[in-house]
Amino acid sequence: MAGATLRGRLTWLLGDVVEVADGPPGVRTIALDCPGWQGHLPGQHVDIRLTAEDGYQAQRSYSIAAPADGDRVELTVERLDDGEVSPYLTDELRPGDQIELRGPIGGYFVWEPRLGGPLLLIAGGSGVVPLMAMLRARVAAAADVPVRMLLSARSQGEVIFREELEGIGRGPGVEITHTLTRSQPPGWTGYDRRVDRDMLAEVAWPPSDAPHVFVCGPTGFVETAADALVSLGHDPLRIRTERFGPTGGPP
Amino acid sequence: MNRISRGFLGRRRRDVPAGRVPPGQYLTDGFPILAAGPTPHVDISDWRLSLVGEIDDPLTWTWDELRALPQEEITVDIHCVTKWSKLDTGWVGVSLDTLLADVDTSAEFVLARSYGGYTTNLPLADVSDGKAWIAHTYDGEPLDPEHGGPARLLVPHLYFWKSAKWVREIELRGDDEPGFWEGYGYHSYGDPWLEQRYAGD
Repeated sequence: MAGATLRGRLTWLLGDVVEVADGPPGVRTIALDCPGWQGHLPGQHVDIRLTAEDGYQAQRSYSIAAPADGDRVELTVERLDDGEVSPYLTDELRPGDQIELRGPIGGYFVWEPRLGGPLLLIAGGSGVVPLMAMLRARVAAAADVPVRMLLSARSQGEVIFREELEGIGRGPGVEITHTLTRSQPPGWTGYDRRVDRDMLAEVAWPPSDAPHVFVCGPTGFVETAADALVSLGHDPLRIRTERFGPTGGPP
Repeated sequence: MNRISRGFLGRRRRDVPAGRVPPGQYLTDGFPILAAGPTPHVDISDWRLSLVGEIDDPLTWTWDELRALPQEEITVDIHCVTKWSKLDTGWVGVSLDTLLADVDTSAEFVLARSYGGYTTNLPLADVSDGKAWIAHTYDGEPLDPEHGGPARLLVPHLYFWKSAKWVREIELRGDDEPGFWEGYGYHSYGDPWLEQRYAGD
């Protein structure tokens, strides 16, 4: 494979689990030290491979939650109750364990500070993870790229990275908006419904600003948000999406 | 060498017929949707399919013309590079052999182009001899836009990103031009049984 645009072969590497941190219920951040890691761009993902004692294997893909930092790869994983791999990662894995991974994978659903802005990030539930890598890269680079982020969660307690997002949202040039679709804390004055066209008309940069748009979440959420953005006049080629889950509804 | 994952049991499906699921894949009963951008919504009155490139006279079909061609019912297993496989999916469509029947070409590759800008490359041999279709019906219903409707390429023996959704043009080419995902490091050919997910696999 000598194509100029193609990278070298993605080999399986062994990552040491150096830290795990619990987020909202069912969500865990896993920090891996991965000697030989070639680095990655915000928005890319990795393949994880688990092997049982009898040799049975299972692979899944997970978004990387933080920008490149040497051999460190940080994943934030949501437990799927009927999942095969995620419950192992969120419930069983602990510091000192090792897991196989390879990557980085992808290259279209990617933003880095040199691409400029404005930047529009729209997340449903754990769809925030790859977008968090972009937001963290924006903050780490002290870039002045204006960012608007819209996050949909069922309740405040299910907002991933909530405290860190509060801090980032107090900084200059970053506007973070939440919608809580199922339950809201007392005194909540924000949105309390699923993302729709009217909400995006209020929150998103106008199409004339030609924002870079990234939408990540469950399939129904992404379909709704991306269709609404197109109907508002955004260029479909500037809307990059990542969908997950079967054909389930939004959070 | 594979490393044992301490405490990992896995969930083996015992109802899986031997030889039906390629390495690294798991079975799903759902039909996950993956796409790099918004779903194009193409009205069938505007829809066209063209055969261009190394061909003396490019060919174009309207929706009605496509539906007037011989239709085939296809039941196949499909395998997505994101690890899911789905058995016995049922489609209706037109064989590429039908579209290519009177075409005299020296091309060895095709590049499929879609509404919305997606592209993917395949050897001509892999869309010939009963291996590929333009599919417009899934599970007895018109193909949903989210799954590639009005019509998508169906090339079930390769990873499913090769089965371009919203297909609008097949370019016959002498060289192998990387398509959309192939340009981002995915494998040029994509045989699920050889687990050719990424370049170099």
